[in-house]
Amino acid sequence: MNRRFSWFNATALTLGFAFLYLPMVILVIFSFNESKLVTVWAGFSTKWYGELFRNQAFLDAAWVTLKVAVMSSTLATILGTMAAYAMVRGGRFPGRTLFSGMIYAPLVMPEVITGLSLLLLFISIGLDRGVMTITLAHTTFTMCYVSVVVSSRLVTFDRSLEEAALDLGCTPFQAFRLVTLPIIAPAVISGWLLAFTLSLDDLVIASFTAGPSSTTLPMKIFSSVRLGVSPEINALSTILIGLVTAAVITASLISKRSIAMREADQQAAARA
Amino acid sequence: MAQPANRPVFAPWNDPDEKPLIRFGNVTKRFGDFIAIDNLTLDIYRREFFALLGPSGCGKTTLMRMLAGFESPSEGTILLDGQDIVPVPPNRRPVNMMFQSYALFPHLNVWDNIAFGLRRDGLPKEQIAERVEKMLKLTRLEKFARRKPHQISGGQRQRVALARSLAKAPKLLLLDEPLGALDKKLRQETQFELMDIQERTGTTFVIVTHDQEEAMTVASRVAVMDHGRIVQVDTPDRIYESPNSVYVADFIGEVNIIRGRATPQAGGRVSIAWAEGQPEILAEAADPPSPGAEVHFAIRPEKVLISKGRPTDRANVIQGRVHDIAYLGNISTYKVEVAGGLMVKAQMTNARRIANRDITWDDTVWLSFTDTAGIVLPG
Repeated sequence: MNRRFSWFNATALTLGFAFLYLPMVILVIFSFNESKLVTVWAGFSTKWYGELFRNQAFLDAAWVTLKVAVMSSTLATILGTMAAYAMVRGGRFPGRTLFSGMIYAPLVMPEVITGLSLLLLFISIGLDRGVMTITLAHTTFTMCYVSVVVSSRLVTFDRSLEEAALDLGCTPFQAFRLVTLPIIAPAVISGWLLAFTLSLDDLVIASFTAGPSSTTLPMKIFSSVRLGVSPEINALSTILIGLVTAAVITASLISKRSIAMREADQQAAARA
Repeated sequence: MAQPANRPVFAPWNDPDEKPLIRFGNVTKRFGDFIAIDNLTLDIYRREFFALLGPSGCGKTTLMRMLAGFESPSEGTILLDGQDIVPVPPNRRPVNMMFQSYALFPHLNVWDNIAFGLRRDGLPKEQIAERVEKMLKLTRLEKFARRKPHQISGGQRQRVALARSLAKAPKLLLLDEPLGALDKKLRQETQFELMDIQERTGTTFVIVTHDQEEAMTVASRVAVMDHGRIVQVDTPDRIYESPNSVYVADFIGEVNIIRGRATPQAGGRVSIAWAEGQPEILAEAADPPSPGAEVHFAIRPEKVLISKGRPTDRANVIQGRVHDIAYLGNISTYKVEVAGGLMVKAQMTNARRIANRDITWDDTVWLSFTDTAGIVLPG
């Protein structure tokens, strides 16, 4: 096998990465631009970051986004973990395949449809649109991601650990709380981070379900850009990129570490 | 001075006044169309070390899981101390189990693993500590109390699992292939340790195993299972010496099975015609078969004597040719081809050095055994 780094590989890699990251790199660079004109470089400056933190509208939107992201990802983690547990541990019941399919269906559902259906639901039950409705909507669409992450961990979970807990006097709920949950915690945490990230950068569903007093950051950015791109938006976007990157890296590190630990345990068990 | 003869024999199953600790009454367990346990009735007594032995898929694990409460019978009753335990969930049964995979909680250290069950009972802290220390001492794990399960060896993990399941002083301890993950030497040591702990704690043990040697070593009685039924329940020596069927004889240890037709003789003996032109095998039969019935004559290799000269003092003498010799150090097994191409195994203890032994490949030899050495089983 020829494992050398050929010209073809190098070109493909460069093109691929350029395609993925060039837009973001430009955005980050121009967020440090001195000039008010977005496309004309006039020297390095961090003044737009300062401007940003003095802009009350942006700060309000950031606060709404953060509230929604924390609440919805927490709710989605609780519900998603419960759903995953029921699907993996519930044994066989009629319609199990249908149910597990239905949990994952929102993953491929167009966001516009999810947003529209939620809007219709909120109108029909007379719920005033605001932070609460966005939170509920985000919980709905991020729950299935949590459920996927948690159930993939539960599938490899040694069932006899739960049986041992029952055998030693735990009720089924105690067995979950004292044995299952601590062991699957890394998967639950990465599920939470994933849900948090998804909620943070959602525009479509938030636009459908938001009210007048509850503009999220992506909505604010989108509406400002329609009036023209300002360096402030670049600065804000750079911060968002940083935040999302940090969350995704943390989530993958957590799951990698827990996999590595599990493997080490298994190897130790095999040696012993 | 205590005389061995005065030591009471532990045999509660022979005592009609003794009440069994566990009583399976006509238990059947089905998984869909598959019958895992087939109308099984069995008594297990207090302080017994009871072994469920059989090949995989014979239902022994299902039987054990029904005792733990993880499966419930499709039909029949399971009594523990006279009380029906079928509706009792696992966390309310005075039964603990040691799992095949040990199922140690990876996020808790050894001490907390052992204390886990005691904490569920809401015992005061001092009492828990005292009990855990006692268990650590019993299993010689004092030094490892603060280690996590992945930081100790397989043998130590096995002892943690045992300590954890014994901590609550259950009426009944279930052991699911407890020594399967250990290497041979450690397994033998641990077998004696288990017996010692069982005797000291006075707990009733039920062990599931597919290893007949293990069952024979540790158990007071062995139940040999096949296809959801119990074929024979008896003490290890009776299982070995008087199996009730070809299945049991073949499953436990090595055995030669010779097929033939029986003719009853005087004195409770039968002669078995097994090959054309060969003298019939003479054997004692407790339960004589009808004339002409097809029977299996089973004899253990160690009860067959092999010699170069024809012995004159034994009831049965068969001539053959050495086909193969397996040298195992302490013993040698000779595979001897006799009339009709039948292979008969004979085992000899290697009491003399190898240079002094004179039987080798292709030698013509005589196999001999007494009329009480083997047993006659129905065909």
